Amino acid sequence: MFLGRVIGKIWATRKDASLKGFRLLVIEPIDHEHKKAGDAFVAVDVVNASDGETIYWVGSREAPNALPDKYGPVDAAVVGIVDQVDA
Amino acid sequence: MFLARVLGSVTSTIKHSDYNSAKLMVVQPIMPDGKDDGASALAVDATGVGRGEIVLVIRQGVAAGLVLNVELPAVRSVIVGVVDDIDIKE
Repeated sequence: MFLGRVIGKIWATRKDASLKGFRLLVIEPIDHEHKKAGDAFVAVDVVNASDGETIYWVGSREAPNALPDKYGPVDAAVVGIVDQVDA
Repeated sequence: MFLARVLGSVTSTIKHSDYNSAKLMVVQPIMPDGKDDGASALAVDATGVGRGEIVLVIRQGVAAGLVLNVELPAVRSVIVGVVDDIDIKE
C-alpha cells in the first residue's frame, strides 16, 4: 500500500454497472515526506475521504477486495485516512 | 518479497475493517546492498518490528491473507520477518 493525497473527485454517470454508487477520487501518490511519488490516478473510495486529506490506498488484485462484495472492476482503492505519519 | 528499512509508522482511525487491528508501518524498499529502491511504501507489521530495522516484506494479497488470517484482504504488503544478515556474492 502507499500514501496519497486526495486532489479531486470524478463524476461519471455512464459507467460499468458494478461501479454504481462508488465515490471515485483523484489521488496523487506521495511518500512519507508528502513529496509527489507518481502520477495522479483514480481510485474508488470506501472510507469517505475528502479533498486535501492524506490517505493510503491499495492497488492491483487487492483493490477489489476493499469493496463490499470483494469483486468489481477497480484497480485502486482508498482504504484509510491518515491521522499522522511518524517517520 | 522485497527488502526494506523501517522508517516509522502511520496512525489512522478511519479505515477499512481489514486494517482494524493492523500496525501500519512506513518502509523504504532497499536493494540488497542497502541503497534505497524507489519511493517509501506502507506495510502491515505482522512481526513486531522497530524503526531502523531491515525487514522482509511480502507484496501479494493471498500471502498477506494467510499471514493476517483474512480471506481476500484489502492488504497487499505485510512485514513477515526481520533480516539479521545479507550475504551477497558479488
